[in-house]
Amino acid sequence: MSSAHEATFGATGLDHRKMGVWAFLGSECMFFGSLIATYLVYKGKSAVGPHPHEILNIPLTSISTFVLLMSSLLMVLALAAVQRGDALGAKLWLFGTPFFGMIFLGFQVYEFRTFVSEGLTLQVNLFGASFFVLTGFHGAHVSVGVLWLLSLWVLALRNRLTRADSLLVEIAGLYWHFVDIVWIVIFTVVYLIQ
Amino acid sequence: MAEHSQHPPVRTYLVVAAVLSVITAVEISVFYLTIFERVLAPVLIVLSAAKFSLVVMFFMHLKSDHRTFTGLFVGPLAIAILITLALMALFGAFVVAQP
Repeated sequence: MSSAHEATFGATGLDHRKMGVWAFLGSECMFFGSLIATYLVYKGKSAVGPHPHEILNIPLTSISTFVLLMSSLLMVLALAAVQRGDALGAKLWLFGTPFFGMIFLGFQVYEFRTFVSEGLTLQVNLFGASFFVLTGFHGAHVSVGVLWLLSLWVLALRNRLTRADSLLVEIAGLYWHFVDIVWIVIFTVVYLIQ
Repeated sequence: MAEHSQHPPVRTYLVVAAVLSVITAVEISVFYLTIFERVLAPVLIVLSAAKFSLVVMFFMHLKSDHRTFTGLFVGPLAIAILITLALMALFGAFVVAQP
């Protein structure tokens, strides 16, 4: 076994980079868990409005939820394309995934602007504070994912993303899917269970 | 040796995406249907957990990947869920108001 191979896989036979990403995602569970717990603890305790049922737009958020779910499909299609050496598919899906992410972010920006214009801000009540912090941090994570995936797309455009680099796409995909499952929880806890 | 995870075929990804779309549609329908009003929260939590599990198992490949990765993710996830429930209990979220 070469020293380079040992440096990457070690005694466990597992890739250190992938282990690191899974450990990071575990820590992210704790991070978003604390934000969701805070939202739930403050739920229904706002002294003044606007309250969730007065302001949340379910049809709009349902569309953005569907867009983010479909971006996860495009992400696994991108990984499958890279793994089988399909350069055209890799370029297509590696652009489609962050593009759908940007559409999701567009919905979020529109939602935030609408809420602020209707009087819901970070300072106005407990719902506003916990809602903007939770969904804002999620949006920041989506933004990081978009930049990460666009950088992989640029590598693919320059034909510098080969089958040997599929782990890079898999790791970015793990992060992207994590962002998706966090939104699955937020959509239920914040939007549907009011 | 590197880990040898068997990633599912593209067809499986398409089927999972279709199931996720159907569950999302059911969630939104349940939200609007008044007959589910009394059981809304438990039904939505079960549907959400199903979507969460599908993405983790198939899109993130935990179903076929090494169990160490499952431990690295599920351990902290369980702690996060327990902390959430403990905080909710501590702040009286599960206390039913007396009439």
